Amino acid sequence: MRRALPIFVVLAGLLIAIAVVNPYFLEPPAFLAFVKRAAPLVILAAGQYFVIVSGEFDLSVGSLVTAEVVIAARLIDGSAEATWPVLALLLVLGLLVGLVNGIVTTIFRVPSFITTLGMLLILSGAVFLWTGGAPRGALSPEFRELGRGSLGPVPWSVLILVAVVAAAVYAMRAGFGHTLIAAGDNDRAAALSGVRLARVRTAAFMISGLSAAVAAILLGGFAGVSAQAGNGLEFQAITAVVLGGVVLGGGRGSVVAAMAGAFTLEALFTLLNLYGISGALEPAVQGVIIIAAVALGAVRFPRRRTAAAS
Amino acid sequence: MTQQLKLRRVAAAEGSFLRRLSADQPARAVYLALALLIMLGWLLFTLDGGRFLSQENIVGIQQRSAALGIVAIGQTLVILAGGLDLSVAYLISLTTLVAAEIMAGAGANVPAAIAAVLAVSALVGLVNGLIVTRLQVHAFIATLGTALIIRGVLDARYDGPAGSVPASFRHLGYDRIGPLAVSALLWAAVAVSAWLLLSRTRLGYRIYAVGGNTEVARLSGVRTERVMIAVHVLCSVCAGIAGLLLASRLGAGTPTAGTDGGYDLESIAAVVLGGTALAGGRGGVAGTVGGVLLLAVLDSIFNQMEVNSFAKDVVRGVVLVAALAIYARRRRTA
Repeated sequence: MRRALPIFVVLAGLLIAIAVVNPYFLEPPAFLAFVKRAAPLVILAAGQYFVIVSGEFDLSVGSLVTAEVVIAARLIDGSAEATWPVLALLLVLGLLVGLVNGIVTTIFRVPSFITTLGMLLILSGAVFLWTGGAPRGALSPEFRELGRGSLGPVPWSVLILVAVVAAAVYAMRAGFGHTLIAAGDNDRAAALSGVRLARVRTAAFMISGLSAAVAAILLGGFAGVSAQAGNGLEFQAITAVVLGGVVLGGGRGSVVAAMAGAFTLEALFTLLNLYGISGALEPAVQGVIIIAAVALGAVRFPRRRTAAAS
Repeated sequence: MTQQLKLRRVAAAEGSFLRRLSADQPARAVYLALALLIMLGWLLFTLDGGRFLSQENIVGIQQRSAALGIVAIGQTLVILAGGLDLSVAYLISLTTLVAAEIMAGAGANVPAAIAAVLAVSALVGLVNGLIVTRLQVHAFIATLGTALIIRGVLDARYDGPAGSVPASFRHLGYDRIGPLAVSALLWAAVAVSAWLLLSRTRLGYRIYAVGGNTEVARLSGVRTERVMIAVHVLCSVCAGIAGLLLASRLGAGTPTAGTDGGYDLESIAAVVLGGTALAGGRGGVAGTVGGVLLLAVLDSIFNQMEVNSFAKDVVRGVVLVAALAIYARRRRTA
């Protein structure tokens, strides 16, 4: 937990800085709106955490989000009855993509960076091949309710986020979490002590795929259909996880800190907007802060991955 | 031991030039695949009523692959040392703008522009290298961060194409000598220098040593930090050279030149297609050249068959993953 502490300090600092400029920010409606906006990235970061802590990468989540949103729009095409079957289909698709990533990485021994890069190309190519270059159809109001509606005062996406946090924390405390961290820390030692590496890592990729599907459902509801729905999300999710003190290469870091990293990134975007550094210079400030945060954190990265990569 | 024996056997069969090429063993696989793909391409072109070996097509392949090829050579050096550079795409955009704005359409400014581009890119590489070594930030995050910083500068200063390139400089992008494009000659020069660097100099050996095992290299007296900084500077300079080439082809500086080409992930893909291990320490320039040519020949076949660009992405993804799966298999059985 000591490793995770800095990110909570940074997050608290950012939230206070936002509250100074905008006093309403810490009141429930505004804060819930912030959490709602952050929910997709936080969920993606949670999924990415499982993959990273097991010693791999998942670069395919961004294009998976785009693919899911575009597929949902095309299949639902505004009809209410199609909503629930399509939702189920999206979750299955996410799991399936994760399964393929996992099998190719573990059984065929392709480095996960390349597996998921290939998956990125395949997904973005295939989905636009299918729709002819641009998104078609429309999401039904019922579908969009999940991303933008609310139950009483609490948005649905916040409730879903709470469920995801609970599930992620539970998974990491259970035996699965321990074997996952063992696999990421030293996969040879883990394998010799009876961890089935292929199975554990494949499960991690499937969790990442599932989280991308959930994030896509929320994003589709929140922001609507676009061909750019998931652009750059893979890098944002990885950045969030690393900001949370999780080590690239696996074996170190907590899932709560990874999600706090995603909140921090979102708070940073909000703050930059408030201070009017929107648009042009925003990426530059973001870049500086990411490098600085990672460098200043008490985090020591291994220079490179040793065991799993070769 | 078995590896040595195997090398010798193959070398005896294929002659002395290939013996040197097969010093990085996986390169052979990519050239075999390239030969098969060229035969396939020739067949498909013939069935389609075109000529694969026409001068037009051969020069086209060279011109399409030169910029990616140059970036991929730089990326090879970083990856061999165990790093990674995600900032090359935005750096290429930046350098096309630096080049075109300083040239401002006048031939007399060309030397100054080239010097400025090399200086800017070397500086970016130095920053990358220092962040990775001194601040101990993982190369993935460090170069992603500098990519964002460069993107911010581009977004803030440019809305669209700027500057212009004089006609004299545009020869670099469009001229050819017989069947050889000038841009391909530039690529060949970069590749040969990188090959000499890796196979003939101390820095080259140290790059392999650091990539193979940083800790062992450090304990044997290699100043690993200097090596890391050097490869980042060289990689960025390669991106700068690619930027110059793109500026000469486009005729102006373009803020989206690098990202449109997807040079960051594409160059990494070309490097690993060429058999260089993503974890570092194994591979080489010859494989990368083969990897880039493979992608370019694939592209020219797609163009002839008029394949939809989305289908191209799907096929590329499949080829990439399949190739790596085959390499992984060979490595295990070898």
